[in-house]
Amino acid sequence: VGKSSLVHLLCQNQVLGNPSWTVGCSVDVRIHDYKEGTPEEKTYYIELWDVGGSVGSASSVKSTRAVFYNSVNGIILVHDLTNKKSSQNLYRWSLEALNRDVAPTGVLVTNGDYDREQFADNQIPLLVIGTKLDQIPETKRNEVLTRTAFLAEDFNAEEINLDCTNPRYLAAGSSNAVKLSRFFDKVIEKRYLSRDGNQIPGFPDRKRFGGGTLKSLHYD
Amino acid sequence: ASFFLNNTFRLAFFLQVLFFGFGWLFFMRKLFKDYEVRQYVVQVVFSVTFAFSCTMFELIIFEILGVLNSSSRYFHWKLNLCVILLVLVFMVPFYIGYFIVSNIRLLHRQRLLFACVVWLTFMYFFWKLGDPFPILSPKHGILSIEQLISRVGVIGVTLMALLSGFGAVNCPYTYMSYFLRNVTDADILALERRLLQTIDMIISKKKRMAMAHRTMFQRGEVHNKPTSFWGMIKSVTTSAPGSENLSLIQQEVDALEELSRQLFLETADLHATKERIEYSKTFQGKYFNFLGYFFSIYCVWKIFMATINIVFDRVGKTDPVTRGIEITVNYLGIQFDVKFWSQHISFILVGIIIVTSIRGLLITLTKFFYAISSSKSSNVIVLLLAQIMGMYFVSSVLLIRMSMPLEYRTIITEVLGELQFNFYHRWFDVIFLVSALSSILFLYLAHKQAPEKHMAL
Repeated sequence: VGKSSLVHLLCQNQVLGNPSWTVGCSVDVRIHDYKEGTPEEKTYYIELWDVGGSVGSASSVKSTRAVFYNSVNGIILVHDLTNKKSSQNLYRWSLEALNRDVAPTGVLVTNGDYDREQFADNQIPLLVIGTKLDQIPETKRNEVLTRTAFLAEDFNAEEINLDCTNPRYLAAGSSNAVKLSRFFDKVIEKRYLSRDGNQIPGFPDRKRFGGGTLKSLHYD
Repeated sequence: ASFFLNNTFRLAFFLQVLFFGFGWLFFMRKLFKDYEVRQYVVQVVFSVTFAFSCTMFELIIFEILGVLNSSSRYFHWKLNLCVILLVLVFMVPFYIGYFIVSNIRLLHRQRLLFACVVWLTFMYFFWKLGDPFPILSPKHGILSIEQLISRVGVIGVTLMALLSGFGAVNCPYTYMSYFLRNVTDADILALERRLLQTIDMIISKKKRMAMAHRTMFQRGEVHNKPTSFWGMIKSVTTSAPGSENLSLIQQEVDALEELSRQLFLETADLHATKERIEYSKTFQGKYFNFLGYFFSIYCVWKIFMATINIVFDRVGKTDPVTRGIEITVNYLGIQFDVKFWSQHISFILVGIIIVTSIRGLLITLTKFFYAISSSKSSNVIVLLLAQIMGMYFVSSVLLIRMSMPLEYRTIITEVLGELQFNFYHRWFDVIFLVSALSSILFLYLAHKQAPEKHMAL
């Protein structure tokens, strides 16, 4: 669904030239200014872990993926705007990531059947991003955007829709950029401030990307 | 006569609609469960191919059971055969060409034209396929059914032999727990720890790079093209060591990322093996283990028979059912009504063969589809699979002829015309042997390589 292009765009501010299939997990780092523009501004590293694979993968792949879900501070769910089924799979992805203590094969729920309570209790900030906005013709845009707005509401999360091949969607000052930095701020707050009440300088926090469907793993 | 015709049509139509519905459901639920169906043509074509292929099998069953009368059966055979050949040789390849061409942006404008070009190329190669094989007697015309069937048969038989050769070897290998490597939880944890360590190293290097990029950007060096003379000199002297460092780090990061990918795959492999070990301890697992031994004997026997057939240029004359009955009657002295039993036993045998081959093919196709498709190519791949499926089913009708007693064989011989059936069986044996032996070699190498990788940690 374009997670790798998205991560590349967020971290390098450049468009990914040759996207290829992600095996396992690829990581990238973004430097974020917490509370930019205020006197309390502090610079943090944010690690973006891009976890590949599809929800329907073999359970061995799911167990292997589970190792990446430890100590997650925030989750970005990515889906493809041109493919409705990828947004339906997001429920399963979020369950997989949030229920990391339970064996992944045991808990997965079929789409539409999720439990709203779980998301209400959830402390981890979520963000929903829809990709490939450019591939949707103007006429259909409205209906697609209303659908994704419902989706974001279900997750109790913000949403952003963009096209990973065009950096202007995340240009400084645009509403998308504001939402993004608000999200990162929330993540940082949850990580440091809710526990001790003190700020810890310069330490990294982690965020996971999940979501999207399409390919299953190749075993070389 | 018209009353009979009405009945047969209604029955045949009803069954065909049933098969079509089944193909439709299979497409929606299994193949395309992660994608959106945007072009319904694809789904229709797939279901149509599936429906007509299944009808052929249904006609075989009718033949054995004696449902409907023989002239209407013959009529249905001919009709079905014409339709399926039409679909396999004209419709599906044309749509494949059309969808491939639609994906390429350059040719998007004149899609139809280029699709026709692709189809003509396909027809050329398809025709040429018939030349090296001694499949036809020269008295047939150019555009007869026999010409088309013979070529479709060659392709289909090759596919069948490849799949069954690989399947015959792979089946005992996966079922039997003898081949399972011993994997402990500690192994998995150690590997996972190593994976996380590698990723942490990647992260720390990327942090350095990100920080370096940022300071360079803030100093206005990296992204701005140096406009003045002094700017150029400055960029040469000051950023050179910085960017050299960066490219070194980038290389290290690339190597580490490659390592992390390999570690991930190995970990997934270990998890899969561990699950199989646990499964093998259950009752179902033990049952499959036993089946595995049984299948490995069967596989060895088949390879042996294939070799004998080729070496001694032997062609079986009788089918297993009649031979089995002969053996029981002559050697064991058990007397029973040959006609009655031969009909029922061949029905069961042929039924089992048909069902297992359909099921096996559908499962294989699904796995294949999941492995190689993406949202762009899903249409093309599904159509390719429909083509393969059609050809597979047509040639299994060809080969199933051998498993049926003489009285039921006649209709297939009549309908398909005078093909050199013996050639097809020989060809099947050859390809089966080649495929089975190379899969043994392949699996042996893969098995050998894996524990060594594991030990080297």
